[in-house]
Amino acid sequence: MAEPLLQVEGIHTHIGKHHILQGVSFEVYAGEVTVLLGRNGAGKTTTLRSIMGLLPPSQGRILFKNRAIHHMKPFDIARLGIGFVPEDRGLFNLLTVEENFRVAMLQEAKKSQERLEFILDVFPDLKKFWKAKAGVLSGGQKQMLAIGRPLVNDNALLLIDEPSKGLAPIIIDHLIEAIHRLKEHMMIILVEQNFYMASKLGNVFHLFDDGRTVHKGQMEDLVQNEELKKKYLGISGAG
Amino acid sequence: MSTQQKAWLPALAVIAVFLLPILFISPKTYITLTISGVAMGMLLFLVSSGFSLIFGFMSVLNMAHGALFAWGAYIGFSAFTVINKWTGWGASDSIFLNMMIFLLVLMVAGIGVALLGVVVERLVIRPVYGSHLFQIFITVGAMIVLEELIRMVWGPDDEVMPVPMNFIGSYDLFDVVVSKYPLIAIAVGSALYLIVFMILRRTRLGMIVRAGVENPEMVQVMGHNVYRYFTGVFAAGSALAAIGGGMWATFVKSIHPAMGGEVIVFALIVAIIGGLGSMTGSVVGALMVGLSYNYVAYLIPKAALGITMLLLVVILSIKPTGLFREGT
Repeated sequence: MAEPLLQVEGIHTHIGKHHILQGVSFEVYAGEVTVLLGRNGAGKTTTLRSIMGLLPPSQGRILFKNRAIHHMKPFDIARLGIGFVPEDRGLFNLLTVEENFRVAMLQEAKKSQERLEFILDVFPDLKKFWKAKAGVLSGGQKQMLAIGRPLVNDNALLLIDEPSKGLAPIIIDHLIEAIHRLKEHMMIILVEQNFYMASKLGNVFHLFDDGRTVHKGQMEDLVQNEELKKKYLGISGAG
Repeated sequence: MSTQQKAWLPALAVIAVFLLPILFISPKTYITLTISGVAMGMLLFLVSSGFSLIFGFMSVLNMAHGALFAWGAYIGFSAFTVINKWTGWGASDSIFLNMMIFLLVLMVAGIGVALLGVVVERLVIRPVYGSHLFQIFITVGAMIVLEELIRMVWGPDDEVMPVPMNFIGSYDLFDVVVSKYPLIAIAVGSALYLIVFMILRRTRLGMIVRAGVENPEMVQVMGHNVYRYFTGVFAAGSALAAIGGGMWATFVKSIHPAMGGEVIVFALIVAIIGGLGSMTGSVVGALMVGLSYNYVAYLIPKAALGITMLLLVVILSIKPTGLFREGT
């Protein structure tokens, strides 16, 4: 089997006095969309923030392309080729769409321009609002900007936290289509409560419960496994 | 009435309030006081903008900002003395040479205090990022140390700030007496505001700083070494305070080690009125404080400081976050 691009090995993370992650382990391979699933408070967002260096783990290791990154600062991790789309989208609302992209661009090179053209092809709405402040965009457009921004750099891995949150079903379908196109260019780790979106996009899944990874497998198997879905996700039927 | 027209209403109301004193003062005196108020406003802008920018970007309450202002005044004092001794430009009849020495002095003060700011940020501020309470304690401590250092280097007594020859006196424009230096202060202050504004609006560096004011965590995860920007913004804020110090000292023609403590109160009020983290807010707040202080100081001298406090209370009760949003 090929080398994993990202290895999370038994990480423990604290937020203040709270011991949130209590041994999270998983691996991510090239060409996959990995979905982290679990109930609220299971530790999915904390895991993404730990990978990104925003909540450094107190124990365990995180390796990206075989390089330990768990002790590194977020800006150094980002420069290794990991993009992050947080749950609240993290947009700079007082900056224009263009300025949001320019802040995200680590170098204003020809390659970045080519990538920008690709992003605007995937999310054509952003082109229409190029000079508008990010704060005036609709929920869907804001999410497109949030996902599009890290793509201007040559990232190998994209961490996306709850992209469907607060969006109408039709916008979610559009987002699924867009993320499908991105899959061809990079690995994605997706935290998603919306099982419909998760099942449409994911290749593999990792189930979280009480700060631990408790199950993993192929997404198509989870779709069929009613017992697991009911036990850990509180959903039944087709989801 | 359209939304755009409604947006102008508060601005028109403020202009109307600042025109009110003309009912009690002769137009000539009103013009003199207005020029003096705008000049004071531009000087306050220089001090408060640095304070506001540092708070907005780094979420740091820097109570030592006033001491950096005083250091600017003292470095300016020494720079003027030395440069004037070499060149004689300060005593020259030429306004051009007077301007040259004045700008050189401000540059030396700005660079000197920016370097001092880097040391303060690294040694004092960096260990207490994220904790406002510790920041207040430690920066008050830094303020005391910086003030004592001034006493050690320059002595505890007041000094007379040398002023370029052509900055003294006034012009008589159609029977209106206009002091020379306030006009220079307005010009230099406006130029600095424009420079800061253009850097923040037009450059990528400015965009990153504005983005950082809104969401410093996100700037980090985009690959920008936010600590380097923190140091840069702190140095820039310190330089602005120092230039303000040098210009203020030329305005009042004297310096003393505790001068920063007096001005920091005004800087705080201006920054809060304008909205912490907003450059436009700083300039508008500073003009409001400068003008109201001058009008009231003429009409009811004892109420001059009180009007500034009243202005703060009124604005905060209408808009608790200040007039402008951070990052604007």
